[in-house]
Amino acid sequence: MEIIMCFVIGFLFMAAVYLMLSKSLLRIIIGTGLLSHGAHLLILTMGGLGGSAPPVVSPGVTDYADPLPQALILTAIVISFGVTAFFLVLAYRAYQELGTDNMNLMRGTEDHD
Amino acid sequence: MSFVYLIFIPMLAALVIPFLYKKVPGIHTGWFVLAVPAILFGLYTTFLSKVKNGESFTSTFDWIPSLNISVTSYIDGLSLLFSLLITGIGTLVVLYSIFYLDKTREQLHNFYVYLLLFMTAMLGVVQSDHLISLYFFWELTSISSFLLIGYWYKRDRSRFGALKSMMITVFGGLMMLGGFVLLSIMGDTYSIRELIASAPELANHEWFVWSLILVLLGAFTKSAQFPFYIWLPDAMEAPTPVSAYLHSATMVKAGLYLVARFTPIYASSEWWIWLVTGIGLLTLLWGSFFALKQTDLKGILAFSTVSQLGLIMSLLGAGAISLHTGIEDDNSIFKYAAFAAIFHLVNHATFKGSLFMIAGIVDHETGTRDIRKLGGLMSLMPISFTIALIGSFSMAGLPPFNGFLSKEMFLSGMLSIPEFDFFAFDTWGMLFPIIAWIASVFTFVYSFYFVFRTFTGKHKPDLLPKQAHEAPIGMLISPAILGSLVVAIFFIPNLIGDVLVKPAVVAIQPFLYSVPEDVDIHIAAWHGPNAELWMTIGIVALGYLLYATLSKWQPLYNKFPQGFTLNRLYDFMMFLSEVGTNRLSRIYMTGFIRSYLVYMFTGIVLLTIGTVFIKDAFEVSFATVAPIHFYELVIVLVLIAGTLTILFAKSRLTSIIALGAVGYSVALFFVIFNAPDLALTQLVIETVSVALFLLAFYHLPKLNRHENRMKFRLANALVAIGVGVTVTIVALSAHSQKLVSSISSYYEKTVYTEAGGGNIVNVILVDYRGFDTLFEIAVLAIASLGIIAMIRLRLTKKKEVNRIEDQ
Repeated sequence: MEIIMCFVIGFLFMAAVYLMLSKSLLRIIIGTGLLSHGAHLLILTMGGLGGSAPPVVSPGVTDYADPLPQALILTAIVISFGVTAFFLVLAYRAYQELGTDNMNLMRGTEDHD
Repeated sequence: MSFVYLIFIPMLAALVIPFLYKKVPGIHTGWFVLAVPAILFGLYTTFLSKVKNGESFTSTFDWIPSLNISVTSYIDGLSLLFSLLITGIGTLVVLYSIFYLDKTREQLHNFYVYLLLFMTAMLGVVQSDHLISLYFFWELTSISSFLLIGYWYKRDRSRFGALKSMMITVFGGLMMLGGFVLLSIMGDTYSIRELIASAPELANHEWFVWSLILVLLGAFTKSAQFPFYIWLPDAMEAPTPVSAYLHSATMVKAGLYLVARFTPIYASSEWWIWLVTGIGLLTLLWGSFFALKQTDLKGILAFSTVSQLGLIMSLLGAGAISLHTGIEDDNSIFKYAAFAAIFHLVNHATFKGSLFMIAGIVDHETGTRDIRKLGGLMSLMPISFTIALIGSFSMAGLPPFNGFLSKEMFLSGMLSIPEFDFFAFDTWGMLFPIIAWIASVFTFVYSFYFVFRTFTGKHKPDLLPKQAHEAPIGMLISPAILGSLVVAIFFIPNLIGDVLVKPAVVAIQPFLYSVPEDVDIHIAAWHGPNAELWMTIGIVALGYLLYATLSKWQPLYNKFPQGFTLNRLYDFMMFLSEVGTNRLSRIYMTGFIRSYLVYMFTGIVLLTIGTVFIKDAFEVSFATVAPIHFYELVIVLVLIAGTLTILFAKSRLTSIIALGAVGYSVALFFVIFNAPDLALTQLVIETVSVALFLLAFYHLPKLNRHENRMKFRLANALVAIGVGVTVTIVALSAHSQKLVSSISSYYEKTVYTEAGGGNIVNVILVDYRGFDTLFEIAVLAIASLGIIAMIRLRLTKKKEVNRIEDQ
């Protein structure tokens, strides 16, 4: 299963990067969302997908799924959510102020030319 | 006596001078300054008698003891000679500047602070035994010279000249630092004396030639050798006392000092001999040839200085040959070369100092330095004319002036180079006396050109800005003293030779002599009817002929193509560094975020794939993989389908919904892979995120409502595929090569006994690794505060936004 997941994660990264290279701000943020999904799945996969029970102590079970990657992913999900929310509101404000979501038009001031 | 502190006396005086300038406005500040070099000169003369007997002195001031860095003052013949030049000429220059610079119109405190700073720097350069402190003082001379050239900072030419000299000398200084660092690593010491002692071992080191070339670059840039001489003519924008002091007598000789000081280390190398002698001769010829093109008095003197420095440099190179011939070889004249170099160095300081001062006087009293406007000043300025005549005849190498003696010694040194029978000197060496002779002819012509075009001929009062008259007596004192030295040295050369020159020669050629008495050289004005005499007669004859026909062939200089000069090359390099790098950075700094992302992703892909490839790290192992279930494959397909939908969706709404599908399938993965807490969180957060995306979607630009499918771009696709492949490769390899087992068994065992909980993930989050959670809460708090601030704070005008929305 891990081998398949490695390819799935690679696919997610590919799609994320392709979206991030586009010129629409919304697509860039969608790309970052895909990128964080890929990263979270990567952490989980690297921890190993074996284990027959969730990491909650219960009598008679010895083969738990690895709890440490799960704790790390939980932290990462929350942080990426915070950043994404901030980023989205930033995009919303940028549109309000600038009237565009085209990254090619957001080139700053042309004081050099 | 710890005489190392004497070096810093001018610097300390520089602290006091501005106060004196403000508090005592009635007296010219120069009078206070005058005491400093005069007292130092007196103090350094007390060393003369002991140094003459071959003694040397050291005095150390610990600067950074833990790094073994100190300011060590080492006084032997060579450094004493230079110290006396610096303080002696310094005294005369300060005296001259008192009458040259106007008390009311000039910012005297600036001038004297820079000058005193320079004096400290120069004394430090010539006395330092420590490589790092030598470099420190070396750069201090560059900086103070920069300040002095740019003294009249409101003139464009001054600033240009100052910058140019700074760029070139600092370039050389940094190269020299590199050479010093190599030397100190090779010899495992910073002390020049210890390096000289271990010179034979150093010569076999692989870095030897590199350090040699780097040190020579420092010396050549400072001493204005070819092709680095171009800063010196532009440095003539400095006040004339500065030109006389820095750019004829002291600073430009720092490079000569460096070559002389390092000769015992490097003389064994043919690189050293060829470079020093060859570049010196080339500079001599080039400088003397182009001096005649100049129409500015100081320009002539600048090129003449370049040329004379080249002469001394070539003699120092010839002196290094004596290491290979030895003292026993009586036929060898090379042991005379170093003597001639030092002797001419003293002579040049005297006559060139006086000539600069005369040029300054002419400028001061007539208002111009343009030789085409001058003429016939002989009867108006008889004293200046006399001094200029003495200086010029000495420069031309005529008796009875000191330049004649050193010129004869120079010619005999060059004549004997072809006798030297290795390093290919027996074939190419014939060129050396020929070049030297041609250069001497030009030297003769420009010396005559300088003095007779200024003082004889027709007086043109209507061209002069001022009514010409003789300078005040105070201004004439210094050039008069130097002029009388020029004559005095001709008549008593052996006094100077014994007291000053021979101890210095011992320092340059310790492999030949141990004490000054060993130097069995006697200078004689009349040396018999030998080849040198005939060469001198030839110089005078041809030189006079050329001078007499000067007006016929001097216009040929204007035919010289301007586009191929070294100044043009320097300007082009400055242009290239400024405009070129600007253009270059504009090529890749596009301002588009896409470009920068492409750079970054490409960098990541190349570095990672390259490392994996080079280290042969790719590996796929099926040993520890979990079994594949049907559900998992279904979710994988859903996830891929969702991602493809995002990529190919026409409307943004579809891509947002598809992103939600991807997020939910990730949550399903968490369910299947036994991660209930993750699944819960992922479901909630995905819902909120999609809501936020929809909010942003709702407010999207109405300008281009018609929605488009994302345009396919091959470059983007290639980069994206590269990143995907890289991540897959890294993930596969990392998973297949687990080196250590997980530490989670500890959590599983102790979660109830130690922490009193059952949910291992939650206990890890709040107990084992509670700190992470604390700051993750902080991240959320900052994000929410930031969002509020972004929405609430409106510092720009609101009208602008409304205007856009109304369109």
